[in-house]
Amino acid sequence: MAKITASVYSSHVPAIGAALDNGKSGEDYWKPLFAGYDYSKEWIRENKPDVVLLVYNDHASAFDSNFVPTFAIATGEEFQPADEGWGPRPVPVVKGHSRLAAHIAQSVIQDEFDLTVVNSLDVDHGLTVPLSLMFGQPEEWPCLVIPVAVNVVLYPPPSGKRCFAFGEALKRAVESFDEDLNVQIWGTGGMSHQLQGPRAGLINKEFDNAFLDRLADDPQALVDIPHIDYVRQAGSEGIELVMWLVARGAMQSKVVQKHRFYHVPASNTAVGHMILENP
Amino acid sequence: MALDKPYQDIPGTTIFDADMARQGFHLNQFCMSLMKAENRERFKADQRAYLDEWPMTEDQKLAVLARDYNRMMSLGGNIYFLAKIFSSDGLSFQHAAATMTGMSQPEYAQMMLDGGRSPEGNMYK
Repeated sequence: MAKITASVYSSHVPAIGAALDNGKSGEDYWKPLFAGYDYSKEWIRENKPDVVLLVYNDHASAFDSNFVPTFAIATGEEFQPADEGWGPRPVPVVKGHSRLAAHIAQSVIQDEFDLTVVNSLDVDHGLTVPLSLMFGQPEEWPCLVIPVAVNVVLYPPPSGKRCFAFGEALKRAVESFDEDLNVQIWGTGGMSHQLQGPRAGLINKEFDNAFLDRLADDPQALVDIPHIDYVRQAGSEGIELVMWLVARGAMQSKVVQKHRFYHVPASNTAVGHMILENP
Repeated sequence: MALDKPYQDIPGTTIFDADMARQGFHLNQFCMSLMKAENRERFKADQRAYLDEWPMTEDQKLAVLARDYNRMMSLGGNIYFLAKIFSSDGLSFQHAAATMTGMSQPEYAQMMLDGGRSPEGNMYK
């Protein structure tokens, strides 16, 4: 039986990828950020997943304004790093788990979640930056990855409640797959940030830390946060945090918190990171 | 009945909702075309001529030529699409964000180092 054992939460700022790719991670600006992931790299060496369900959003890379799927799963065998305008990141090709992804698609659609199924998909920084933060710069990614894309670019994204319920459906889907697999689910994006308009640069440490406080032990308190609270309090792009609720929804209600980290700034953004294990 | 859009009273913020996306469709698709190197070259060689290949409004074209990102967003542009323009210009996200706030890039970078823009006084118009 496949089983979800742990979840990882992390921001996915493009400048973090650029810092790593250009050998700048040792600079004073970036050192404290990467230090927050030292424990995580060690943890994941000891808790290596077979497959990661990686919940992220595309940033007008694979999906343009022509197609905007609210929830999508990628069933392909492999996914190339996207060229986001400055050439693709020099990171390994992402290998999928096609059979598990197809199984999940069939299961969650029958479970009332009308997923979009994607085969060819170039994956942008939203997916590859968390991989880099957790695994560093290997020749090959040490596990298979199933991209799960959530629209948070076109307003409105799915609600926090819907995201959490989607996570619950993903859990049921994984647990009904008959191959023995250690599966992790990662929720990415956030925390507070606004990239646009005269209010750009907004950071709300209080909002972010309250979110982190509740994620492990009281996620139900987060599920009902309306969109307007995210955009008003955590910035127009802070709404990415609903993707963390997909991952949390796929976990058991009681979890063990292994790691928590918060840092401001990475370029325009507050970086949050957490690791939760199922008991 | 009109939809409730409570985000319209957030200062300095344009929410890219379905209606904005409708208005900005061709502007955003023009931006996507800049992900191809050959299109970037053609755009740089004659910006006006390249823009005229797209069924965008004159206001949208003028905003692109002026690199007025706030104006582009008011006309339906979305920041992740508009990023293809400033990436083609060789500018960073932080640089573009600074131009939208009216701050210089060093001033903006310093504000971020100091913990970012405070939510206090910035949540309601």
